[in-house]
Amino acid sequence: MPDFLTLTLGGLTNGAIYAALGLALVIIYRATRVVNFAQPALALLCAYLAYSVNRATGGYWLGLLVALVAGGVLGALTERVLMRPLRRSGELAPVIATLGLLMLLQAVSGMIWSAEPKSFPYAFDFRGAFSPAAVFVVVVVLVTAGAVLALFGATTLGLRMRAAAFKPEVASLVGVKVGLMLTIGWTLAAVVGALAGVLAAPPFLSPTVLDAVFVYALTAAVLGGLENPVGTIIGGFGLGVVLSYVSGYVGPELVTLASLAILVLVLTFRPHGLFGRGVARRV
Amino acid sequence: MLRVQDLATAYGPVRALDGVDLAAEAGVITAVLGANGAGKTTLLRTVSGLAAPNAGTVTFDGEDITGWAPDRIVRRGLAHVPENGGVITELTVADNLRLGGLWRARADRERTRREVLELFPPLAERLDRQAGTLSGGERQMLAIGRALMSGPRAVILDEPSLGLAPMVTARILRVLRELALTVLLVEQNARGALSVATHGYVLSLGRVVADAPAADLLDNDRLRHAYLGF
Ligand SMILES: Nc1ncnc2c1ncn2[C@@H]1O[C@H](COP(=O)(O)OP(=O)(O)O)[C@@H](O)[C@H]1O
Ligand SMILES: [Mg+2]
Repeated sequence: MPDFLTLTLGGLTNGAIYAALGLALVIIYRATRVVNFAQPALALLCAYLAYSVNRATGGYWLGLLVALVAGGVLGALTERVLMRPLRRSGELAPVIATLGLLMLLQAVSGMIWSAEPKSFPYAFDFRGAFSPAAVFVVVVVLVTAGAVLALFGATTLGLRMRAAAFKPEVASLVGVKVGLMLTIGWTLAAVVGALAGVLAAPPFLSPTVLDAVFVYALTAAVLGGLENPVGTIIGGFGLGVVLSYVSGYVGPELVTLASLAILVLVLTFRPHGLFGRGVARRV
Repeated sequence: MLRVQDLATAYGPVRALDGVDLAAEAGVITAVLGANGAGKTTLLRTVSGLAAPNAGTVTFDGEDITGWAPDRIVRRGLAHVPENGGVITELTVADNLRLGGLWRARADRERTRREVLELFPPLAERLDRQAGTLSGGERQMLAIGRALMSGPRAVILDEPSLGLAPMVTARILRVLRELALTVLLVEQNARGALSVATHGYVLSLGRVVADAPAADLLDNDRLRHAYLGF
């Protein structure tokens, strides 16, 4: 029988990663009403860049830094080059575009780094239930989430970003550079996504390593109602723990199924998330 | 002073503005009247940069601002209070106000904010409320207050009296007059607008059909019957 504490701690560590990738989805959804299906591929590419830098330098931190910067650049480029021209083409076109980008980036990553798994280091010692590496993951994600919340809630940049998301036309009339706010939103989201990618990569990085993580992250975001960062963080950690119990007590092969079941149940009975309002709303 | 020359704006085949000439003199209220669909909203949207004209120019204090982006125009001192106010209902009253004039120096913003709250005391009592909980009149006050936060030299307003009680309308129009800004006031409520305006224009199907001092428009029975409905 696996021990309860180990499962819980392991679940929290995984959940932190789901929360971080889910947060990336929520930031973009709030700003543009688009679910960014390219998010796992963006994160994957950044993790691969970190891998290459790690190999070249032998350290962890420069790789992480490069991944975060690359995430920001890729996020900004995605908004400017791909999403902005589609701004007035309806709701479906941008989503399809992110799916196209997903396939493109996956193919590019596969071409550069091949499908063979690469060993990817942890930030710290990963042995034991309460390892420094696990604590690092949880703390980094909590700090990041706190910083994102503070940005949205307590800064004028966050206020401008929210205004641009709620009412772009009105925002522009009061002097907000709406296009710039969208670029910043995509940049920020992609940086958080890159962080999630680097945290999710160890011990082995491969083109599919983020696929399941993305499903869990999306579930976490939906649990939070897709536009609620706090709900998504709670959803991510909660899902991590629940899936860890499923894996430990029922069987690891059922984890993906359990996640999908939770996703379907939430979408059916609480389409606005566990913490969302019960009424349909349009923003 | 705000001047519009030979302005034409179309939505596909619909010519909403068809060669409009008008001017709003500095420091007074200029009214633009006309029935539903006359092109009043399109006129203001073209002036503030939300809509792109097919022809013509918009000049503000001698500078050609035609085709500028809205955020640039408001920074230059021309604020647009859109139809229904455009209050962001998901944000608090305080945050809606805070959004206005974010580029200005903090001291200037603080001073304007105090003035706005003095001008519209109901807002001061509701700063922490969601803007969505405000009444129609309070929303309009918030929208105007937010526009004033940018420290504008001119304000253009799209039917601020729409759906408001006459008392509330009168109060808002009085405040506008007392501010002594350059005001372009679009209204269907012709009598109320002309009572505070110096000059008036009547718009019909995208063209100016009357251009006269406000008092003359009030006295002109033919115009009143044909275009203003009172
Ligand atoms: N977004 C739009 N698309 C197509 N036609 C429009 C649009 N907005 C306004 N119109 C048309 O332009 C004309 C002027 O409308 P508008 O400027 O809203 O007039 P007003 O504000 O005086 O009621 C009307 O015929 C209206 O149907
Ligand atoms: Mg109108």
